[in-house]
Amino acid sequence: MSGPLRAILVGAFGALPRAILYLVLAALVVGIVFPIYYMFAGSLMGPADINTFPPSLVPHGLHLQNYQTVFDIIPLGQQYLNSIIMASVITIAQLTTATLAAYAFAFLRVPRKRLWFGLFLSTMMVPWEAIIIPNYLTMAEAGLINTYLALTLPFLATGFGTFLLRQSFLTFPQDLRDAAFIDGCGHLRFLAQILVPLQRPALAALGVFAFLGAWSQYFWPLLVTQSPQMQTIQIGISQLKSEDTNDPGSVMAGVVLAILPTLALVVFGQRFVVRGLFAGAVK
Amino acid sequence: MSQVKAAPAPRAGERAGVGDPARASSRRESMTALLFLAPSLLVFLAFVFYPLVRSLFLSVHANDIIGQPTRLVGLENYVAMLTGPEFRLVLWTTFWFAALTVVPSIAISLVLALLLSARVRGIRFFRTAFALPFAFSVATAAVVFSVLYNNVVGILNGLLFDLGLPGLNWLTDPGIALVSVAIATVWLQLGYDLLVLCAGLGAIPEDLYEAASLDGASGWRLARRITVPLLAPQLFFLIVVSTVQALQSFGQIYILTRGGPSNTTTTLVYSIYSRAFAFGSSDFGYASAEAVVLLVVVLVITAIQFGFLERRVFYQ
Repeated sequence: MSGPLRAILVGAFGALPRAILYLVLAALVVGIVFPIYYMFAGSLMGPADINTFPPSLVPHGLHLQNYQTVFDIIPLGQQYLNSIIMASVITIAQLTTATLAAYAFAFLRVPRKRLWFGLFLSTMMVPWEAIIIPNYLTMAEAGLINTYLALTLPFLATGFGTFLLRQSFLTFPQDLRDAAFIDGCGHLRFLAQILVPLQRPALAALGVFAFLGAWSQYFWPLLVTQSPQMQTIQIGISQLKSEDTNDPGSVMAGVVLAILPTLALVVFGQRFVVRGLFAGAVK
Repeated sequence: MSQVKAAPAPRAGERAGVGDPARASSRRESMTALLFLAPSLLVFLAFVFYPLVRSLFLSVHANDIIGQPTRLVGLENYVAMLTGPEFRLVLWTTFWFAALTVVPSIAISLVLALLLSARVRGIRFFRTAFALPFAFSVATAAVVFSVLYNNVVGILNGLLFDLGLPGLNWLTDPGIALVSVAIATVWLQLGYDLLVLCAGLGAIPEDLYEAASLDGASGWRLARRITVPLLAPQLFFLIVVSTVQALQSFGQIYILTRGGPSNTTTTLVYSIYSRAFAFGSSDFGYASAEAVVLLVVVLVITAIQFGFLERRVFYQ
């Protein structure tokens, strides 16, 4: 944002003394950043700092044992791996199924296309929590509780992602596609060698969106995992808290470890995150 | 490769004089299309449409102690739900929770977006600071807040103590537990709302402002007459999406309060969980009736959004 717009918006707040503007902003920054600050600070605090009243605002000394202790309470490494496996499988599968379906909707003659497309869109309207009981029963009946299959199977396709990619595919020049086919290109080759490389931004956005969504899931993994060894990091972290170890420092250390990848993404790859999140917002 | 010659362009078949080779190729194209749709359709069939039917089925059946449906009871589960005292509290809690999360997060982020669009030094710093909560999932945010809220050694009560104020039972006082859960949720939601609104602000064409300012409009008038109306799509989107999200909240309630104290944080989704899964409870019939209510509420809200989106996407 620059030039006249900025000047005019400054006008909108021109009446506000600068000092007040910064004061309001500073207050909001403190409010928003404080939990994050205290998560980091607390993860370095020993019981004398964080488990007494009133607790300390800053760590006295570095109590790095917290980061060791957390591995003793939950199998954090394994749970990390579980989360990565689950989120990767879901992301790759959604990209694949959505690309295929979006291709059909964007380019191919589909009998009753509107009906099928409506069916895909309708899946976006169903709240997952409203069908979680039957889905749980399906997994229980198939004996899949506590497996990677239970964690991933229901999320291998995405109505939203299909919609998103279709909108993006529709901008692909028809002439280019015709030319490729005249050169003897088949559907799959066209997809893999021409369309997908040219549609990388849309695919990346969907990928980030799918990965973050899968990574942060809570309700479903809570239901379909039983052993700590199969739980995802999200469940593990929350168990850490309910273990009631009287050890808030270790709990914070666990959260720090769980959050590092996404925090790095937000700080260093904000553009990707924004694009991924906006996949959901700006249609 | 003979078919390539026969049908130089697949769309030729769409025209009036349909030759046989063209028809064959179009049939093949339809087959390919269905094949491409099949993987998604299979997943939807197994994990969306079949469960929908089964939810309805479960909701009109009684069940035994391990949750097996026993006999058809018609609307009995619904009647029990709607006439029971519990459900009214659940609905009230659910909508109150939605209001407590949606309104503050959108209001705060709207003010923030407007503030940030003024000339502010260190805008990158502020942007990044406000975006940080993105990194958190519902679970990680809830766990951090549970430590902050701890009524014995929590830092929030510590700060109140430093100010000479009495501590609060953030999560165990029935009067404020829902607000505490909502605060954590607003914190988590704020950065997203802010980004959507900032993007909306950035997309407002500058010549609009120029034209308006040439006409003598300025300051708040511009903000009120141009900025906010032109942000209407983003605001509408945020209201719908975050309302639906609030209605579906589960993780933060499960982690922070388990629906307590005295059910004051038991929302619809938490109630479904506790009826169907908590403490070995397997009242799938009643829980499914609640799930159908959730479905209907969300469908109505999303249908409104879809009508709106359709207009934006296709007639923009």
